[in-house]
Amino acid sequence: MATKLHIPHAPFRPGDKPDFSNIKLPKAGELRRPPIGIHANETRDLPFSMIRVLDEEHRAVGEWDPHLDAETLRLGLRHMLLNRVFDDRMYKMHRQGKISFYMRATGEEAVAVAQCMALQPGDMMFPSYRQQGLLITRGIKLVDMMCQCLSNSHDNLQGRQLPVLYSFKEVNFFTLSGNLATQFCQAVGWAMAAEYKGTSDIAVTWIGEGSSAESDFHYALTFSSVYRSPVVLNVVNNQWAISTSQNVAGGDQNPFAARAIGYGIPGLRVDGNDFLAVYAATAWAAERARTGAGPTLIELYTYRAAPHSTSDDPGRYRPLDEWQYWPLGDPIERLKKHLIALGEWTEAQHATLEKELADHVLASWKEAESYGTLNEGPWPPVSAMFEDVYKDVPPHLIKQRDELGKL
Amino acid sequence: MTTMNMVQALNSAMDVMLAQDPNVIVFGEDVGYFGGVFRCTEGLQKKYGDHRVFDTPIAEGGIVAAAIGMGVNGLRPVVEIQFADYIYPAFDQIVSELARLRYRSGGQYWSPVTIRTPCGGGIRGGQTHSQSPEAIFAHVCGIKTVIPSSPYDAKGLLIASIEDDDPIIFLEPKRLYNGPFEGDPKKPAVAWSTHPGGEVPEGHYTVPIGKANILRAGSDLTILAYGTMVHVAGAAAQMAGVDAEIIDIRTIAPLDVDTIATSVCRTGRCVIVHEATRFGGYGGELSAIVQEECFWNLEAPILRVCGWDTPYPHAQEWEYFPGPQRVAKAIRQVMGC
Repeated sequence: MATKLHIPHAPFRPGDKPDFSNIKLPKAGELRRPPIGIHANETRDLPFSMIRVLDEEHRAVGEWDPHLDAETLRLGLRHMLLNRVFDDRMYKMHRQGKISFYMRATGEEAVAVAQCMALQPGDMMFPSYRQQGLLITRGIKLVDMMCQCLSNSHDNLQGRQLPVLYSFKEVNFFTLSGNLATQFCQAVGWAMAAEYKGTSDIAVTWIGEGSSAESDFHYALTFSSVYRSPVVLNVVNNQWAISTSQNVAGGDQNPFAARAIGYGIPGLRVDGNDFLAVYAATAWAAERARTGAGPTLIELYTYRAAPHSTSDDPGRYRPLDEWQYWPLGDPIERLKKHLIALGEWTEAQHATLEKELADHVLASWKEAESYGTLNEGPWPPVSAMFEDVYKDVPPHLIKQRDELGKL
Repeated sequence: MTTMNMVQALNSAMDVMLAQDPNVIVFGEDVGYFGGVFRCTEGLQKKYGDHRVFDTPIAEGGIVAAAIGMGVNGLRPVVEIQFADYIYPAFDQIVSELARLRYRSGGQYWSPVTIRTPCGGGIRGGQTHSQSPEAIFAHVCGIKTVIPSSPYDAKGLLIASIEDDDPIIFLEPKRLYNGPFEGDPKKPAVAWSTHPGGEVPEGHYTVPIGKANILRAGSDLTILAYGTMVHVAGAAAQMAGVDAEIIDIRTIAPLDVDTIATSVCRTGRCVIVHEATRFGGYGGELSAIVQEECFWNLEAPILRVCGWDTPYPHAQEWEYFPGPQRVAKAIRQVMGC
């Protein structure tokens, strides 16, 4: 039967040769950087273009260049590299049956690392599950992250949560939920409270382009707009929500950043693999929030190079070499080449750093394993299962704990 | 002591808490300038300012999500969902988030949100202004669910809820807002000023959460009820001419098992009454607990009188609502008379 129903599809499927020449990329440095107090209606061009700082020759150009010193750039490179080495190690550990589940952020390291570096320590982060770089950047020990993934005796969540659903209050990293998008409007509420209390802290939150279809995305934009909350709302558009392309979330109609305009919020679209562009856009939005100018929506345009999770096989829905054709490249390579072009880094230094980080990750893994594994223990105490459901353990849970004790 | 209806008692509870704790803030649809569609927040914005009492967009999921974030940042939000029938868009935020923050974060994060919402029927509310969703929340670990049956309890329980560090679903039987209701719509309306439950202290006091209330001591049988149905149960017992012990559950979860078990073990008979639909309803849990705790003392099957397993109808309201005749019939049945 003939039908006019439009069913969007991914641009390329297994067996296709990817060709992204249809993606319109502005030249680096081309886009204007408006003043932070600007009204959303005067930013209508921004979400349809893209903030890019690093040019073809790996130089930083244009108004969005954040002019970071070499030391900061090297630190960013180190964090991103550590993120990738950590992910690769954990992925292998899953393949060896040591952990039950894992999710890598490969190709998206600039999002978490550059954004986190553009924030203040008091800023509260409401991430999704693919921003482990926030923890690395804020100095959480790899051992502690690994222990969470192992659900062992040192797990700060006492074995209650799936691997990668971290919570680290000491660095203002909000507890991760398996339910997508729920954090998006919670961040707005947190920011409203910050305003109420008169502090200068802001809230920052992340959602994937797939989850932006959830109702919470709309709630967050509405509430942040209505109350002009100091929040930075990030959509990480990595092109894929498990097997569904960004087109199924509406990406073939308009950029996700353009959603913002309808809510009266500025929307920035950023080359998510350009460390400097991500840093600059985040700093702009953070300053807007901190000075009371209101929220910003940032779309970080990137590519999910890794499988969705250890339970996923991307070969069934996309060309396995698609990332090789991705026009925005690899965030680590691009920052590395920029530093080399500046004369502030060498291939030899890079190789040394890679080795150092790999050793650090391996040593951390060995230490983490010494505190127990999911299969062999030691585990958190069984009694911990009944605690923290409520502030105090109520009578029926005491009874159930006792009942289990008799088994 | 003064006389208050339930609306005034709830208003007074929020007034007391807004005055006492700068972290308490109140918001929801129409609760600010207008004072709420049931007048529960009347005058509060004027008294405390629009930063503390304010209107929200019509987005229940957003209201609860924002409250969670505020609670995490040290505030003590008291939010209103205009009708319990409209709490479902917030269900994900309540079940997946609010109820589990403390657990999943190993105690790092928690949010002391109180969600007030008018519930129950008997007011010609039809399908979407009459529901009693307490069983849905009773099944969610990590939240407490509370339902008062008088202005005194309403104020004391609401203050206790706002002060509690666990999240609370606070169900308000809107049929009881202006007066007690014994289930006969043809009888003239009664004001709370005629009822001892309408005597309410003006200042701060609490009614403990997790504690049932023996409303009327008796020896023939135990009636377990809450909200509007405690008043219906009283009328039904009188109609049946039995010496019933009436227990107002007050806290749906966590449940005061001891008070219930002690009573039923003594009376040997139990009737459970609620407005909500029967299948999978909260009465099933009460019945199972009574059976487990009191099996050797039971002299008759435990009976449940509930709403029928249909959506709440408009025209057929009084055939749906478990009124005193239906409750009295169940009482006679368990008494064998």
